[in-house]
Amino acid sequence: MTTTSTATELPFPGLRSGVEGVPTTDQPQTGKDFTSDQEVRWCPGCGDYAVLKAVQGFLPDLGLRRENIVFVSGIGCSSRFPYYLDTYGMHSIHGRAPSIATGIATAREDLSVWVVTGDGDALSIGGNHLIHALRRNVNMTILLFNNRIYGLTKGQYSPTSEAGKITKSTPMGSLDHPFNPVSLALGAEGSFVARTIDSDRKHLTSVLSAAAAHRGTSFVEIYQNCPIFNDGAFDAIKNADTKADAIIPLRHGEPIRFGAPDDSGQGSRGLVRDSETGGVKIVEVGSAPGQVGEDALLVHDAHNPDPSTAFAISRLTDSGYLNQSPIGIFRQVARPTYDDGARGQISSAREAAPGDPTERLAALIGGGDTWTIV
Amino acid sequence: MSNKQVKQLDRVIIRFAGDSGDGMQLTGDRFTQESAVFGNDLVTLPNFPAEIRAPQGTLPGVSSFQVHFADHDILTAGDAPDVLVAMNPAALKANLGDLPKGATIILDTHDFTARNLTKAGYDANPLDLLGDANDPLGEFSVQPVDLTGMTVEAVKEFGLSRKDAARAKNMFALGLLSWMYGRPTDPTVAFLEKRFAKVADIRDANITAFKAGWNFGETTEAFVVQYEIKPAPMEPGTYRNITGNLALAYGLIAGGVQSGLPVFLGSYPITPASDILHELSKHKAFGVTTLQAEDEIAGIGSAIGASFAGSLGVTTTSGPGIALKSEAIGLAVMTELPLVVIDVQRGGPSTGLPTKTEQADLLQAMYGRNGEAPVPIVAPQSPGDCFDAALEAVRIAITYRTPVMLLSDGYLANGSEPWRIPEIDDLPTIDPAFATVHNKTVPGKRAKDGTEAPETTEFWPYLRDEETLARPWAIPGTPGLEHRIGGIEKADGTGNISYDPANHDLMVRTRQAKVDRIAESLPPLEVDDPSAKDGQGAKVLVIGWGSTYGPIGAGVRRVRKAGYQVAQVHLRHLNPFPKDLGEILQRYDKVLVPEMNLGQLSMLLRGKYLVDAIGYNHVRGLPLKAAELAEAIGGLVADAEGIEVNLHTAEEAIH
Repeated sequence: MTTTSTATELPFPGLRSGVEGVPTTDQPQTGKDFTSDQEVRWCPGCGDYAVLKAVQGFLPDLGLRRENIVFVSGIGCSSRFPYYLDTYGMHSIHGRAPSIATGIATAREDLSVWVVTGDGDALSIGGNHLIHALRRNVNMTILLFNNRIYGLTKGQYSPTSEAGKITKSTPMGSLDHPFNPVSLALGAEGSFVARTIDSDRKHLTSVLSAAAAHRGTSFVEIYQNCPIFNDGAFDAIKNADTKADAIIPLRHGEPIRFGAPDDSGQGSRGLVRDSETGGVKIVEVGSAPGQVGEDALLVHDAHNPDPSTAFAISRLTDSGYLNQSPIGIFRQVARPTYDDGARGQISSAREAAPGDPTERLAALIGGGDTWTIV
Repeated sequence: MSNKQVKQLDRVIIRFAGDSGDGMQLTGDRFTQESAVFGNDLVTLPNFPAEIRAPQGTLPGVSSFQVHFADHDILTAGDAPDVLVAMNPAALKANLGDLPKGATIILDTHDFTARNLTKAGYDANPLDLLGDANDPLGEFSVQPVDLTGMTVEAVKEFGLSRKDAARAKNMFALGLLSWMYGRPTDPTVAFLEKRFAKVADIRDANITAFKAGWNFGETTEAFVVQYEIKPAPMEPGTYRNITGNLALAYGLIAGGVQSGLPVFLGSYPITPASDILHELSKHKAFGVTTLQAEDEIAGIGSAIGASFAGSLGVTTTSGPGIALKSEAIGLAVMTELPLVVIDVQRGGPSTGLPTKTEQADLLQAMYGRNGEAPVPIVAPQSPGDCFDAALEAVRIAITYRTPVMLLSDGYLANGSEPWRIPEIDDLPTIDPAFATVHNKTVPGKRAKDGTEAPETTEFWPYLRDEETLARPWAIPGTPGLEHRIGGIEKADGTGNISYDPANHDLMVRTRQAKVDRIAESLPPLEVDDPSAKDGQGAKVLVIGWGSTYGPIGAGVRRVRKAGYQVAQVHLRHLNPFPKDLGEILQRYDKVLVPEMNLGQLSMLLRGKYLVDAIGYNHVRGLPLKAAELAEAIGGLVADAEGIEVNLHTAEEAIH
């Protein structure tokens, strides 16, 4: 079986890529090769279209054989995704896609496994499977389309909706405190945790590349606009006037800066460690009184084995109306994967007990205390 | 050297009973192995509380193991023990009601302390009243022995704490019983050497206690009779003693070998099914993957994923787990993927009786899903039969691309019997027959200028095999067969999403027809009706399924021994029913359906065949009692034939 190179450099020299073991092809592929003959049936203007296009455009870059790619989804608007990709796919039941994908990825090293899910599917009905997939670190990529609303059931609040949200099921406002999906994934010790935006194709594609290259469970939260039931939920980070202040970009090895550019062309605000809370806080960058010099800024280290700082950064996400959110790869660390381990145990057990399976079966069932009657 | 009297018996039922920490399950299991190696036929019935260590010395904490062994073919663990070994007052009190008059009781006097007597609810020590006019044990032959005291004395040399020394008392009891019934001791010595290989003093203490028990029997004057139960004649072959859960695990491994597929088990621990997970996790060398999932749903989810990827997906659970898996079973019905779902039934509803047996999940297996979601059902009838039932479930799942439900139960799971080890050559081979090429020719598209492109081929994931109605199983990695499946209704043939009314009607009927089609592959039912040979035939048929096979068979034998006629049929397949079942039911005037539920098979038979099935139903968490069942059968025979039926004299003759 051939191994493949990917568009993204691996951050861990010597570590196996997320797609190692998956057969590659020399045939040139285009997005069209990954487009199925099914009519796409999302609402006009849905953010899902942009993600679908980005995925169809990005998959050829992986250079994998199309038949060795599997997309699994649960239930919800985004979960129709597999029907529109000409790969193997399963549109399963509500919340269970990570468990089904775990079976696929564990059974077959030669498959590139993707999960498409939404905020209701992954964080409400399927929350348990999500955290356990992250804990086990099964080699697959989970794309969580977060539109902060239930679309397919027509507009109830979701586990990522801001508290107080007026919806069909909460006429006086929702009472639940929302999940921050990135914080949740970091809490479950996800080995790859990222956040990106449906409308930023370039960033989305770069995160997908890094996610595919990562061996283990790659968790990617995609902010995705629902034009029907939650339009404008991400306006602050999409609007040209506000996005410089709203997006806190995370780039490994660089000081974390954002906001309107200062004289140097860099963001006028930045993050520093907060010695009072142990978390991180936002400061003005500069040399004036009350400002902080660039040297003191927090340098983003996605490869830090300790997830505490990544978690602290994730807490800068607004839980109410979204005025501010860190975007990028929060965490990317090497950790043994469940599926490699499971296959490894089988290989070593097989090496220790070689021979014809039929003969070994006869020995197994004929073992123990036996007696013969003639 | 022994001057003891040796008495011949044809069968004996012994029940070992003690505190749940006293090692009664191990003691019973060892006695069983000794009896199996000796060549007796046997059936066992372990019975233990759900609590791992229930309060010591109390009635709820009593754990017991019953073994019935004989010089002839037997079918049940026996209704009433001939011998009770009671390690404390609670064990005596909890089991006394099951003993027939004249039964032998061996008591560990050491634990008949004031404290233990109070815990068990005794006002007076029954040992003090032995032989008195008001002796509560007057009907029985009581042997008070200081098992614990003698054990501690025997193992003194190993310097164990008193507590550790006393723990070997179960081996002393085993040694004594082994002497009484002439059991071979070598297998138990070998077992103890292996089990405690790493702790020499514990190993030596247990072996010494075991031998001391034997020697005590040999020398004491308290026991004057040794019993002999000759080996039972059995079909030629190599045998081993096997529990249902072990046989089931072996059957699944065999299913993998015989189909050439890697087995993937996704499972969440649950009593009484966990031992299948434990066993399969040992057999990675057969390519068996076991995933201990985060919950029941992930157990079946991962198995469905593995099946989609070309493994033999299996999930194991008990009734509450099936309830949680129902939606996913529906997904497997819709996606038409092979999947084996094992339900080791226990007392319900809800948490119910986790360690006790019942067969009340039949209707859940049959109907417990949304929509029309037919699932084939198979059931084993004895511990050893779990092997064949598992293989049959695998055959149906792979051949028909469907989830299959296998209904075992707590009695089969933990009970054991001698099992004739099958020859591998006699096992069925199962062809997964993966799809590798396009299966549909489609006309070329007509261009705008009217020219027609040449024909092309496509892969249609829902195009069916004409004989089985199974759809193709195309696994990822197969070039050109990329396709999507899922829970939404499929268009016939193409498998595309379809909300078309006529298509849905067709697909619902087709999925049902596919399951019904399985009946074409089933052998005719075996009707056990000896009287039919001379043309007359019985008027009463007893029909059952699952673990009631033993008690029903034993009940039927009692009736026949008393000179009456009765027929028996036992169902392996609950869905679909074998094709000849309806005709067989019509042949009999009365149909009796004994079940450990309130009449679930009865309801299915009545619904399908309009037969006036008569229920015989007990839900006590224990196997049906053959003697009671025989009375019920006798009553029906009397009714059907207009005669008087008296089984009593016959029953005494059996004893």
